Amino acid sequence: MTVQTPVSLEERKDKLQGLGCSRKRVEDARFTQGKGHYVDDIKLPGMLFGDFVRSPIGHGRIKSINKEAALAVPGVKAVLTADDLRPLGLHWMPTLAGDVQAVLADEKVLFQNQEVAFVVAEDRYAAADAVELVEVDYEELPPLVDPHRSMDPDAPILREDIKDKTEGAHGPRRHPNHIFTWEVGDKAATEQALAAAAVVVEEQITYQRVHPCPLETCGCVASMDKINGKLTIWGTFQAPHAVRTVASLITNIPEHNIRIISPDIGGGFGNKVGVYPGYICSAVASIVLGVPVKWIEDRMENLSTTAFARDYHMTGRIAATPEGRITGLWCHVLADHGAFDACADPTKFPAGFFNICTGSYDVPVAYVSVDGVYTNKAPGGVAYRCSFRVTEASYFIERMIDVLARKLDRDPAEIRMINFIRKEQFPYQSALGWEYDSGDYHTALAKALKSVDYDGLRARQKASREAFKRGETRKLMGVGVAFFTEIVGAGPVKNCDILGLGMFDSCEIRIHPTGSAIARLGTISQGQGHATTFAQILASEIGIPAADITLEEGDTDTAPYGLGTYGSRSTPVAGAATAMAGRKIRAKAQMIAAYLLEVHEGDLEWEVDRFQVKGNPERFKTMKELAFAAYNQAIPGLEPGLEAVSYYDPPNMTYPFGAYLCVVQIDVDTGVTEIERFYALDDCGTRINPMIIEGQVHGGLTEALAIAMGQEISYDADGNVHGGSLMDFFLPTAVETPAWETDWTETPSPHHPIGAKGVGESPNVGGVSAFSNAVNDAFAHLGLTHTQMPHDHWRVWQTAQRLGVTG
Amino acid sequence: MSKMHVKMTVNGRAVEALAEPRTLLIHFLREELALTGPHIGCDTSHCGACTVDLDGKSVKSCTVFVAQANGAEVTTIEGLAAADGSLHPLQEAFREHHGLQCGFCTPGMITRAYRLLQENPNPSEAEIRFGISGNLCRCTGYQNIVKAIQAAAQQMAVATTAPGEAAE
Repeated sequence: MTVQTPVSLEERKDKLQGLGCSRKRVEDARFTQGKGHYVDDIKLPGMLFGDFVRSPIGHGRIKSINKEAALAVPGVKAVLTADDLRPLGLHWMPTLAGDVQAVLADEKVLFQNQEVAFVVAEDRYAAADAVELVEVDYEELPPLVDPHRSMDPDAPILREDIKDKTEGAHGPRRHPNHIFTWEVGDKAATEQALAAAAVVVEEQITYQRVHPCPLETCGCVASMDKINGKLTIWGTFQAPHAVRTVASLITNIPEHNIRIISPDIGGGFGNKVGVYPGYICSAVASIVLGVPVKWIEDRMENLSTTAFARDYHMTGRIAATPEGRITGLWCHVLADHGAFDACADPTKFPAGFFNICTGSYDVPVAYVSVDGVYTNKAPGGVAYRCSFRVTEASYFIERMIDVLARKLDRDPAEIRMINFIRKEQFPYQSALGWEYDSGDYHTALAKALKSVDYDGLRARQKASREAFKRGETRKLMGVGVAFFTEIVGAGPVKNCDILGLGMFDSCEIRIHPTGSAIARLGTISQGQGHATTFAQILASEIGIPAADITLEEGDTDTAPYGLGTYGSRSTPVAGAATAMAGRKIRAKAQMIAAYLLEVHEGDLEWEVDRFQVKGNPERFKTMKELAFAAYNQAIPGLEPGLEAVSYYDPPNMTYPFGAYLCVVQIDVDTGVTEIERFYALDDCGTRINPMIIEGQVHGGLTEALAIAMGQEISYDADGNVHGGSLMDFFLPTAVETPAWETDWTETPSPHHPIGAKGVGESPNVGGVSAFSNAVNDAFAHLGLTHTQMPHDHWRVWQTAQRLGVTG
Repeated sequence: MSKMHVKMTVNGRAVEALAEPRTLLIHFLREELALTGPHIGCDTSHCGACTVDLDGKSVKSCTVFVAQANGAEVTTIEGLAAADGSLHPLQEAFREHHGLQCGFCTPGMITRAYRLLQENPNPSEAEIRFGISGNLCRCTGYQNIVKAIQAAAQQMAVATTAPGEAAE
């Protein structure tokens, strides 16, 4: 006779691999063997390739386009221009920000590399050959590059299509190059606070134009099936359902006849939220030619045309008491949106959630105004690894706090401690309209300072400065302190929508009779590991091992409707939907258990993977048993089956926070800045998978390093884009990237079903400020308050030279 | 454009095909041979997503014409697992140490690490970082990639040392 060893509670929990465990990723088997399935891997019978003819100039009028030579290239099937799209009404398309964008340049070109014609050929080489042969005759117009000049009376008018429109998507326009003005807060009270303050600091802070630059560029394969009238588009879409709805609205193809599929996506970081001309042109070409058409950007096209980020020119003023207590915050932003307003912000927020710029501080009054303007630059303004405009806001306040500390000759950590929102103030109503759900900032910063021996660092810095004075070293040490509060998980449908689409998200679960499951979500992973982590949430909710749960996302024909993955919204919104759908499963399972165990539902309690009779745990039914019964046993009053769907409309955003410290050593004679140490403490609420959290933090910090220390897309006076290839757009290699130290505190979100807040973007939001504060700190004793990013060797050397410390 | 007859050994298999001489090796591998493991991430040989092994050297296959690979021996990520299907220690280690996220750089990164460990079976952290500096990753921050390569190196050292010889 065999005696079965009873399985302990801990063993049962471990078997689930639920919340809190560092479960290995289920995605990795295919990726490590080269079996990922990305859009450029798709090969369909008869498939053609599309490629763009692009504008060589920043501003001009198209006088003529001659396609003849291009059409004569063997293998070329079509050359489309705006005139070809016009009869379909597809030569312009709506942007996510309520503006319109030319799909193919319509009479004018407005930025360098703008799409002018779309060549379709049998292979990518023939298409590229033909692109060279399309002759476009331009009349050059004066380019408008400096956003500070956009609203000058004599500025060239860029958007002739809307030059007489005095009302834009976000209110009145006062100049043909003006997009919107957005104001939040109490202007009069803030001005009063500034006038009455003992201490006022002011600074001009620019967050330069950068690009998310995922390793895989954007692309798609469009395939129109003329027999059944169905258009299928595989593409790099961070929001496949939104793409389907928008595609239906602009093409008039009924939504059920459009299927959008996001296959594996090679990183997104906000680059793949928008709708780009390549998608429209491929779809039109497929509809016209009756065969599938593939379009894949090259890197230069990616960096110079699809979705830049930032480009915020900010002026800030802080009013404070002599002790350093902030009494008011004023901010004006000049936002350079390029030639079309193609930001991916919720409709009511033309500057995103920039009004989180009071940061982690108890600021009694504040006022923000943002002017959005057009220039002859690529459109975009996307949230590059952050919630909408949150990195800009965080960078602004974290630099301003340091500027205040300098003015008062106080330690930047101390000024932060003095002004933090206190734990007991949560939920906290900010002066600019947000309700912060939870936080414990003092504990987090105190832990960070202790972990890095902050006092020791400052003492070492003092000694190092003295050694510098004595000529014993040519290096300056800087210590950067940054504390951030993010606002993620957009968002409550009552105030968050994109083009009218509410920003809820969804999860649908089917439990199979033998006790395994499939769950489908409205989001789409681009490397975050959803198939691993969402299965963990479910495992803990329904007691089925994560390994027995398949996760599917990205196919609009099968997944429930959702607004996709960006702005750290997957865990706060779809993760919540997952937990809620799991609870519906459990509620039905409880009814089944009550019937099978012949007790009242209320006499049952849930334990890990089963319902057991209260006070008599020997009597139980596991979820696996209940699943089988759900399908195969007639239970009075209950339908067969065990499925659930949840559409989750979050009651609030979530507010992850963290404390970052960075130590740099700057060689003043070369400007080379070594990152000696970087410590990141993150509080993302409940931690689902610590391994994945740590990986996200490493990656986000590396992107922050890139932005702070080197990335920039700039334009010369003629409108030529610089930084448009990896020749000169900085992506750090393993050599420049330091080893990261990670840490955490855990303050669960009170309104999220499992208390999770999202983490993927925090390190980018907090990281940039920490690097920049460290560089500024290195020169603080020489009188520097602020120097602009990126802190590449050249700029750092220039700063050193300006301050008179170069050799 | 006229085509040339190219022959090469790819992942141990003899292949031949007609191709335009200007065809890039990466396109030949991906589109002619359906080996879609190596990827294209840039146009300037910076990112290394297309890295394959060519006659015992790591090359960026977006910068090699198929004509230049004529007669060569090529290994891609698809060729790293053993004949019995068991994974290469690097493939195991990348999973074990969370050395990948979106997976797009992974085939090139592992293929590069494979050659690095042939050249230097016991690299220091600095040598690994330098050795993979031709391969960009936008997701991981490299830390876990470095850890994975270190772990694979150890694993391979153990595997090549016969029992009893390990301890001295």
